[in-house]
Amino acid sequence: MNKWWWKIACILLLVYTIVAGLLWQNVPRLPQLNETVRNIYFHVCMWWAMMILFGASLYHAIKYLRFNNLRSDIMSRQYVAVGIVFGLLGYATGSIWMSYTWADPNLPASASFSEIAREPKLIGAAIALLIYFAYLVLRQSINDIDKKARISAVYNIFAFAFLFPAIWIIPRILPSLHPGGEGSEGNPALNFKDLAPGMRLVFYPAIIGWTLLGVWITTLKIRLLLVTEKNMLQ
Amino acid sequence: MMKKIFVTAFLLMVHIMMFAQNEIAMADEMRSNGKIYVVVAVVLTILFGIIIYLVRLDRKISRIEKNNS
Repeated sequence: MNKWWWKIACILLLVYTIVAGLLWQNVPRLPQLNETVRNIYFHVCMWWAMMILFGASLYHAIKYLRFNNLRSDIMSRQYVAVGIVFGLLGYATGSIWMSYTWADPNLPASASFSEIAREPKLIGAAIALLIYFAYLVLRQSINDIDKKARISAVYNIFAFAFLFPAIWIIPRILPSLHPGGEGSEGNPALNFKDLAPGMRLVFYPAIIGWTLLGVWITTLKIRLLLVTEKNMLQ
Repeated sequence: MMKKIFVTAFLLMVHIMMFAQNEIAMADEMRSNGKIYVVVAVVLTILFGIIIYLVRLDRKISRIEKNNS
């Protein structure tokens, strides 16, 4: 294993996240949310890790367009794949969380569904993920290796740019059940006025820990591909 | 006399407010009987399982890289 230290940091941060995130009594007692407020260390961090991995993918896509090195294309593709996994985990954890906090407990679950399905944050996140699915499909449909790399790098830039209106802007200007909807300012998790000070001590390390886990998985995939595709790269 | 009544009423209100705050359900029971530690143990086991898997994969790929170069 090369460059151990950040992998050890990742393990330590994740252990800290789970132990302190589940046990530490520094969370506010809030109605409706109750103990589920701890989900912020897990659900929100999935989206953070996804954003950072997609950002890394964008970096390598631009690098490919600049230097035409197929290594960058492989890296860009793998960062997207792992980013999508984290995005899907964020979506799945979000749907579990919302079914306990947004759904009306007096009604059957199906009755609250139409209300929840209209949630702009959900729709925006779904659109953003679908655009990244299309990235993978687009790559599969082009046979010429250089053309594939160039077109997908350009598409990657577009996809990353589209994340901002889909996830960050549109849900903020519409009425929304999700934190950070109409009326609140900025990012609810990063806003110093919103997030309880004690929770920040776990939340920020949690973001770093989960992101490092994503990067670790991605580097493994990249290293394996660089070995198997050695002939193509030369 | 009035002052005392006011003070008593005020303290009572404060007490009721505190009581209302404490009524928000948290996992206090799981904490008091120690069951929350079971949850932490289960989640940590899963995490360690994933990490051991990753470390083994990492070692394997390092070996392949060495053989290939």
